[in-house]
Amino acid sequence: MTQDQCKAAVLAIIADIAPDEDLSDIKPDVRLRDQIDLDSMDFLDIVMELRKRHGIEVPEAEYGQLASLDSCAEYLTPKFNALAAKS
Amino acid sequence: MPSLPRIVITGVGLTAPNGDSLPEFRGNLLAGVSGVETIEVRYMGPQPAGVCHFDPLKYQKKKEMRVGTRAGSISIYCAREALADSGVDFPSLPKDRVGIYIGCTEHGNVETENEVYALSKFNYDVKFWSHYHNPRTVANNPAGETSLHLGVTGPAYTIGAACAAGNLGLIHAAQMLRLGEVDFALCGGVSESIRTFGIFAGFKSQGALAAHSDPQRASRPFDKARNGIVVSEGGCLYTLERLDDAHRRGAKVYGEIAGYCVNSDASDYVLPNPGRQAECMRKALAVAGMGPSDIHIVNTHATSTPLGDIQECQAMAAVFGGDCPDTWINNTKSYIGHAMGAAGALELAGNLPAFGDLVVHPTINVDDLDPECALRGLVVNQPRKVGRVDAILNNSFGMLGINSALIVKRFVG
Repeated sequence: MTQDQCKAAVLAIIADIAPDEDLSDIKPDVRLRDQIDLDSMDFLDIVMELRKRHGIEVPEAEYGQLASLDSCAEYLTPKFNALAAKS
Repeated sequence: MPSLPRIVITGVGLTAPNGDSLPEFRGNLLAGVSGVETIEVRYMGPQPAGVCHFDPLKYQKKKEMRVGTRAGSISIYCAREALADSGVDFPSLPKDRVGIYIGCTEHGNVETENEVYALSKFNYDVKFWSHYHNPRTVANNPAGETSLHLGVTGPAYTIGAACAAGNLGLIHAAQMLRLGEVDFALCGGVSESIRTFGIFAGFKSQGALAAHSDPQRASRPFDKARNGIVVSEGGCLYTLERLDDAHRRGAKVYGEIAGYCVNSDASDYVLPNPGRQAECMRKALAVAGMGPSDIHIVNTHATSTPLGDIQECQAMAAVFGGDCPDTWINNTKSYIGHAMGAAGALELAGNLPAFGDLVVHPTINVDDLDPECALRGLVVNQPRKVGRVDAILNNSFGMLGINSALIVKRFVG
């Protein structure tokens, strides 16, 4: 998986979590919470959906890695690829 | 209650299986239009049920719906409709002086069942359990979601009173207004019960779940062939105000709270107690300073169970069996099924327009009236134009033996 594919996977989750938001102009280097209406429960939703849809675990101490699309891609792409290598 | 402030109804917001506004609901009650349909219930297959078809996105964002509950959506819709109907300048109201009192038969079954079902797809590994489970299932959820949506910072909570809960929402609001705890109240009852198989299965295990090849004929109180309850969802919230406040802002008034009683059978978990029901109605009449003949419409609670309907009729005969030539009796569940916590509030709403049009809506689906339910004054299958409607008594009873009778009188300024 490339970092762009990883960002697309995260955006697909956010589209379900924040269905009223326009995601067409999300800036990848800006904190997600500064661009769209996301609260702490929504971030738990992102963690849960990564677990349900992709089998990826994000430890609580590393939630900060999900702050922006860029940081998500940086942090999650190796996890996606590690899982793909296992399967 | 001469020394206490007079309390009036100034707005109505509702969603019922046969109407999403009071005019639509009332029109269908007079036209004999049922709102019961067949739905698929988890583990049980097709069942008759009352389903509401309001558009929650009229007032809520998609995210509110995703996070919240069906009971929350119903409450928010009814609250917003009631506020609009009341004509109150809601933004100018001090939000800490607004109370929200919502009756519920139960809350949390739907969310818990759904979450357990979802968890079964993950081999019951609880790391997949939703972090929304607790806020969705706390008993105050419908009122809490409404307070969040409206920015109300006054008291907002639910009242658990089984199927008497709709009446209790109104009664409690009237009490809080009289005590001066709040200046404006949103109150009534809601139900999301059709989304839990447990309610259906529970009634079936009791031998109290309706079955009929035509869902619109399944709820048939007082008919010989009745065989149980049609479970429904719905909601009805009112705006209640002290009369002085309503007058000050020039509000229209649907009716005035005249009297009420809430009592308990203390006799059985599920079986009704006609003696206590009669006592409840008599006490409400005493509070209102009325006699039985002063009531012109009695809306029965009857749920279409073989025994329960007879027992309520026994209570009714004990109270209204004397000289009550102008007392008419009807039932709303024959159209919409049993909307549980919303039932009392919805059923009252369906009769309020009678103060103006003097028409008593009938109970429908009576092909063969059970002689044990043949009350004098029962309005069957066709609406009845009557000479006067000055007072309505609304019965709502519930499990664990809770009874309520609420009397609303035509407003005379």
